Amino acid sequence: MHAQDKVVDPNEVVLWSDDYEGHDVISTRTFGFWMYVLSDGMLFATLFAAYGVLSYSHSYYTGPTPAQFVAPWYTFIQTMALFLSVLAYGFAMTALKSGSKAGVVNGIIASMLLGGVFLGLNVHDVLRMISIGVTPETSGGLSAFYALTQVHAAHIFVGLIWMLVMLYQIMRQGFTEDTVGRLISLRMFWQFQAVMWVFIYIFVYLWGYMS
Amino acid sequence: MLVNVPGPWSPLLGRLALSEIPYTNPILAPLFIVIVLAGIALIAGVTYYGKWGYLWKEWFTTVDHKKLGIMYIILGLIMLFRGFIDGLMMRTQQALGDGPGDNGMKLMGAIHGYLAPFHFGQIYSAHGLIMILLAATPLLVGLMNIIVPLQIGARDMAYPYLNALGLWITTAAVFLIMISLFVGDFSHNGWFGYAPIFEMAYSPGVGVDYWIWTLELVALGTTLGSINFLATVVKMRAPGMTWGRLPVFTWTAVSANIIALTSFPCLQVALALVGADRYLGTHFFTAGFGGNLMLYTNLFWLWGHPEVYFVILPAFGMLSEVIPAFSEKPIFGYITMVLASFAIAGVSWIVWLHHFFTMGMGPYVSTEFSIATMLVGIPTGVKVFNWAFTLYRGRLTFSAAMLWSIGALFLLLIGGLTGMMLAIPAINYMVHNSVFVVAHFHMMLLCIVYAVFSAIIFWFPKIYGFKLNEVWGKIMFWLFSAGTFLVFFPMFMLGFMGETRRLDWPFNPQWGAWFDVQEIGIFVYVLSVLAFLWMLYVSIRDRHANRVHTADAWGTSRSLEWLTDTPVPFYNFAMVPHINALDEVAWRREHGFMDKKPDHFKAIHMPNNTPIALYIGALTFLVGFGLTWRVWWLTLASLILAVILMIYRSNKGDPGYIIPAEKMEEMDRESKARMLSDDSHQVPHGGGFSGGTVTAYAALDRDASGPLTPPSDSRHL
Repeated sequence: MHAQDKVVDPNEVVLWSDDYEGHDVISTRTFGFWMYVLSDGMLFATLFAAYGVLSYSHSYYTGPTPAQFVAPWYTFIQTMALFLSVLAYGFAMTALKSGSKAGVVNGIIASMLLGGVFLGLNVHDVLRMISIGVTPETSGGLSAFYALTQVHAAHIFVGLIWMLVMLYQIMRQGFTEDTVGRLISLRMFWQFQAVMWVFIYIFVYLWGYMS
Repeated sequence: MLVNVPGPWSPLLGRLALSEIPYTNPILAPLFIVIVLAGIALIAGVTYYGKWGYLWKEWFTTVDHKKLGIMYIILGLIMLFRGFIDGLMMRTQQALGDGPGDNGMKLMGAIHGYLAPFHFGQIYSAHGLIMILLAATPLLVGLMNIIVPLQIGARDMAYPYLNALGLWITTAAVFLIMISLFVGDFSHNGWFGYAPIFEMAYSPGVGVDYWIWTLELVALGTTLGSINFLATVVKMRAPGMTWGRLPVFTWTAVSANIIALTSFPCLQVALALVGADRYLGTHFFTAGFGGNLMLYTNLFWLWGHPEVYFVILPAFGMLSEVIPAFSEKPIFGYITMVLASFAIAGVSWIVWLHHFFTMGMGPYVSTEFSIATMLVGIPTGVKVFNWAFTLYRGRLTFSAAMLWSIGALFLLLIGGLTGMMLAIPAINYMVHNSVFVVAHFHMMLLCIVYAVFSAIIFWFPKIYGFKLNEVWGKIMFWLFSAGTFLVFFPMFMLGFMGETRRLDWPFNPQWGAWFDVQEIGIFVYVLSVLAFLWMLYVSIRDRHANRVHTADAWGTSRSLEWLTDTPVPFYNFAMVPHINALDEVAWRREHGFMDKKPDHFKAIHMPNNTPIALYIGALTFLVGFGLTWRVWWLTLASLILAVILMIYRSNKGDPGYIIPAEKMEEMDRESKARMLSDDSHQVPHGGGFSGGTVTAYAALDRDASGPLTPPSDSRHL
């Protein structure tokens, strides 16, 4: 039976939405950012696939394999820095719930510092590897290693810039619909990068060290 | 770190040099002069009529989804024409070049035909890339942009500014591929690229770089757009627009954009890795150093196959809107139609290997992908039967839009059945890389083109307020169909005869007759292009006579976009409608509610225009151009400037503006007055099947509100 077949009373029917206040801006933006996170997940998935295909022993040509150059303990410090950064950002978001500007600002600054530590350690590690001749030009396997880890590092770099912008906006504008929406999106972004790092740490550093 | 390029390079100009401009080429040089003259004439014309301010305020800085959609469609039509000219050149080359001997003329250094192999390679590469990503995609995105918000009762897209950004980044991609005509050259190894031919060692020119960055830009623009569509449909539906009442076109837009969102990142990564190989000297896809050639092919088609369903699904949606409107029946099997769309979208992810069965992955893997490919036929078959049952015992009107839709069904049938043949690995091994494959996917892509023309004719009056000329629309249809038959029937035959694709020199003299038929066909296509331009001219000339005075331009339309005024005002709906049924407009028409107007209005919030999207689009073009020519300062400066603009825009925000209720009422009255009179109840009523019951209340209500032509001839079964 179609809806058309019902008898409709023209005096009762609702044709126009009187009490519709429009869509919820923050929830719409958050949903859109979830969609971005999905596409970013596909980006990492593709890079992982490339890394998987290029991690056979012949993929490393005559160059070194990860077991010969990765330093899981060193990278473990990076892992902790990133996790603590996410924790600090979490504190900032708790402070947001109570409307505390100082709490949000301090949380973000702590998060930035820890993220900066992660990035600094990454740069240091890359320089160390290059100095011992582990370069992306050496072999397909090393190209994939650098692509996966450095694309992640680039995301962290973008996140740090974003945090800087948010600090400025919160100090200047306070908690508006715009800034709160962006803080929520940034939280998703930051947590997602930490999750990606977990995969990278396990599959690239730990597994690479063991193989 | 950076790869050394062969030939000169300077920090200021990168690889750019005067010798990169093909001013001695007898095709490109005159074309360049014509384009420059046309450009000067255009600029002079706009200046003379003082339209710069209008263009800037109403178009270049707009965030209105309808105007952005129109610009997407114009962009798509221009590129469709460019891609068509490429096709014309290829057909002519093969017709002239067929046979064992040389041509005796040595035109432009060619021994066979009139195009040298290197030039021919660029043409077929550009043709494929343009037709799929810069013609079909903008046309579909443009139509989705215009129609989806209207069909769900929204005032705009979820992120109007992001929408503008998507358009201008796509435009940047178009500029990049167009400028490759006159500065340097384009990639010559096919639109999807072959590893390792695109590596620096084998393609040292800038052609491949143009190809990489054009694709990257269009991928970026489309991904942004897909986020926007999904958020719009999920979050901005009018009250009462439940998922079960969503029009089929919107459903297909959702399924298509889920595909786009998840698959375009794969393309971006695949091409970024090609870029890394070419710029940084990595070894992802090189033949030595542990690179993997087939990794590229897998990653590309991992995107490539979902992409072809990204373009076909909205086309299916358009057919699902046009066919019911001109059959005067609701779509048959609404739920199965929706499920079929999502089934196609889902299966699209597990079939990519059928693009290269000849890779030799063994019988088990081949069988999996063969069966998965055949599975696509099930939901597609469901759709075809649903359209057929919608037509069955409908009251058919063979308008131009309907003809294009029915034509699309025939092409889908031929393309689908040949696709089933190709899904069988044993057959696939025989015809792999032959023009049989080319003819197959042209059937599918032309199915999209037919659906797009159908949709343009169908929705044109909604946007512009007058109909396109029916007679010329039909003439164009028949010419286009004759051209399709004459070009692609021989192409299937040539495929069976063993012609491989991309031959600049088809050596076999026995193919000659078929090439001549194809050449005739392509000139019939030229006539259809002229018919299209003439249709536009005649329609605009006679626009007052073809004016539409009703909200529902065809009198038999069904979904929500036909509820608002014609042409659609910038705020879409003066009052957001409350949705009561699937096919809301058909429901309101059948119950006599079409002329019921809201009795009061509310203040609405609209976004401001902004030029920042345009600026960022222009900067992305410079980034692409700088990367192509390795002008590092330009690349870096443009990139940093684009980021600064983004941050600036973010800091500034957009408060938008409020239109008060009284102003809304006034604008609504003016808009209604522009339609002259709303005589929507004088058009033929929905008949055929299940046209719905005209209730006693509805009849009473009509008596009260004015004259009524009862649907005396409708057949209630």
